[in-house]
Amino acid sequence: MKEITVNISRRHFFEKSATAVAGLSIAPGVFLTQVAQAKPAEQAVTADKRWGMLIDTGKCASGCTSCVDACHEENGVTSHGRPETDAQWIRKVKLRDKATNHVISLPMMCQHCETAPCVDVCPTGASFKRVDGIVLVDKHICIGCRYCMMACPYKARSFIHETITDQVEYAPRGKGTVESCTMCVQRVDVGGTPACVEACNKAEHGAMIFGDLKDPNSAISQELEKHGGKQIRADLKLNTGVRYQGI
Amino acid sequence: MKTIRLKEIEGNSVGYLGLLALLGAFVLAGLGSAYYMEHHGHWVTGMNNQIVWGLPHVFAVFLIVAASGALNIASISSVFDKKFYKPLAPLSAMLSLALLIGGLMILVLDLGHPDRLIVAMTYYNFKSIFAWNMILYNGFFLFTGVYLWFMLDRNMKGYTKYAGFAAFIWRLILTTGTGAIFGFIVARTGYNMAMLAPMFIIMSFAFGLAIYILVLMAAYKWTDRVLGDAVIVKLRKLLGVFVAAVLYFVVVYHLTNLYMTNHHDYEAFILLGTDGGENYSRMFWIGQIALGSLIPLALIFAPGASKCRMTLSAASILVILGGLAQMYTLIIGGQAFPLEIFPGMEVLETTFFDGVTAQYMPTLAETMLGLSGIAVALIIVALSVKVLNLLPETLDDTTVDPHHKADQA
Repeated sequence: MKEITVNISRRHFFEKSATAVAGLSIAPGVFLTQVAQAKPAEQAVTADKRWGMLIDTGKCASGCTSCVDACHEENGVTSHGRPETDAQWIRKVKLRDKATNHVISLPMMCQHCETAPCVDVCPTGASFKRVDGIVLVDKHICIGCRYCMMACPYKARSFIHETITDQVEYAPRGKGTVESCTMCVQRVDVGGTPACVEACNKAEHGAMIFGDLKDPNSAISQELEKHGGKQIRADLKLNTGVRYQGI
Repeated sequence: MKTIRLKEIEGNSVGYLGLLALLGAFVLAGLGSAYYMEHHGHWVTGMNNQIVWGLPHVFAVFLIVAASGALNIASISSVFDKKFYKPLAPLSAMLSLALLIGGLMILVLDLGHPDRLIVAMTYYNFKSIFAWNMILYNGFFLFTGVYLWFMLDRNMKGYTKYAGFAAFIWRLILTTGTGAIFGFIVARTGYNMAMLAPMFIIMSFAFGLAIYILVLMAAYKWTDRVLGDAVIVKLRKLLGVFVAAVLYFVVVYHLTNLYMTNHHDYEAFILLGTDGGENYSRMFWIGQIALGSLIPLALIFAPGASKCRMTLSAASILVILGGLAQMYTLIIGGQAFPLEIFPGMEVLETTFFDGVTAQYMPTLAETMLGLSGIAVALIIVALSVKVLNLLPETLDDTTVDPHHKADQA
C-alpha cells in the first residue's frame, strides 16, 4: 500500500489558520483550547491519527439530506441535471433488510479503507491514502482512466464528465479526473469537522461522529467501544474508516 | 523446400490507395470523435458514473488481446520450430505490433486526460496491475520489434529463435496482465476470478489468428500472389482448435460462477437476461456463442470444406465479431450488473443508481473511436507490407510444404 505523507504548508489557507492556532500554544504540544488540536501548517500529517466516522443509522432521518447538501456546498459539487454523470461525493440511501423488513437510512460515501482497492489499482499513484487514513485523489497526476471506479466496492467515486466552473479554492476539481469524498481535509487539517457531520449535528440528528480512531478517548472510539460499529462489505476486509451502527 | 523470398508489395494500385483512403477516413473520424469527447467531456458519450468503461474499451481490450495472439504464427515457427510457419512469421509479428498500437490508441484517447500520457509513463504505482500493463505494452513493442528485425535482417537471423522465444514469453505475460486487469477486481461479481488471465490468453489465440487469416488472404488476393491450399488447411485447423478452446474456457468460467451460490444472480443476469440483463444475454448467446463460436466451428469443420476460402473468411469474420461480443458481455455486462454494496438489503431509495442495472447506450463517437483503432492497425500493416519485405512472393503448396510435391507426384 502506497502511503504519502502530505505536507500542507503550501496551502495558504491552512497556513493562516494554523498560525493563528499555533499562537495559542503556551509550550510545544500544549494547547489552551480544544480548537488548538490543529497542527501547525508546516507539520506533516501523522500516522498517530486515523480519521474516521461512525454513523448511527437509527438516528439518520429518512428524507433528510442535510449531510449531502452541506458536503456539496462545501466542496462546490454542483449538478448539471444529468444524474448518470453528475458527481456525488455523498448520497443518501434507504434500505430494507430482506429478512426482517427493517428499513434504515444512511449516508454513503468513500469509506476511507485502510487497504483501499482504488489506491491499489491506480496506475499513476494519483489515488493515495494519507498516513492519517484519508483517501484522496491527486488531481495533478490523475489520467482519468477510471480504473479506481471499477475497483471501488462502494461506488464512492465520480468522474468529472464536463468542464467545471466556480470551484471552491480548497477543493480543486477538473474535467477528466476522478474524485470522491475527501473527508473535508481542508477542515480536518485545521482541527475542524467534515461539513456533513457538522450539518447532521446542526439538524439535531447527531447521527454522525467524526474523530480519531487511534485515540481511545475520542468520542468516536468511546462510542465504538461501547456500542460497536460495522463495516459495509466487511467480507472484503478493507478495514474502512467509516463505520455504521444498525446495519 | 524451395528458397522463400520475402518481397514488398508494389502498393501503387488504385485499390491499394483506395484502401488507405478508406482506412484514413476512419482514423480521421476516430480522432474527431476523441476531440469531441475530450472537448465537451465524457457526458456526451454513453459512459457515465455507473458504466465507466464503454465501447472504446471493448475495442481496445479486444485489439490488445488480439495483438498478442497475432504473434502466434511467428511463435509457432521460432519457438516450436515448425518450418511450415516460417514464411508466415514476419507478417504475424508486424500485425501484432500494429494491433497493439491500434488498441492502445483507443485506450489513450478515451482517457479523461490523454494529454497526461507522459504522466502515465513516468509515475508508476507498482501495486497496480494497470501500471504493470503499461510496462508490458512497452516491453512487447521492444521484444516483438527486435524479433521482427532479426527475422528480416540477414546478419541477425541466427538470433531469431532467441528473440522469438523472448517475445513469446513476454506476450503470454502481457495477456495474463490484460486478463488480470479484470480478474483482480474483487468488487465486481463478473470479474473477480483468476481464470480470466488464462482465458484471455486463449481468446488471444483465436482473435489474433482470425485477424491474421483475413489479412493474409486479403493481401495475397489483392496482390495476385499465390496462397496455396496447404496454408489454408493448416490455418483453418488451428483456428478451429483455438475457437473450441475459447468455448471450453467460457463454459468453465460460467460453471465456476454457477458453482458459487453468491454468483447465481450474475449468471442469471448474463445467461437468462434477468433483472434487465436482456441485452447482455442476447449478446452472449447470439453474439458470443452462436455467431462467435458454434457457427465458426461448423464452417471450419464442415466436411469437404477444408480448402474452402469463403467459409474460412466467414468463420474468421464471425470469430472477430464474436470476440467483440464477448468483450462487450464481459466489460459492459460486468459493470451493468448491480454492485452488491449492501448484501441482504433491498435499496428503496438512492440518488446514485445503487442496486439497479446500469444503463448504457454507446454513441456514434465511441463507435468511431473504436473502429479507428482497427483502421490504424490495418493502415500500419498496409504500409509496412509496402516498405518492408514481409510477405513471401508466393505461398504455393510446393514452396511452403516440401512433402506436398511428393504427395502430388
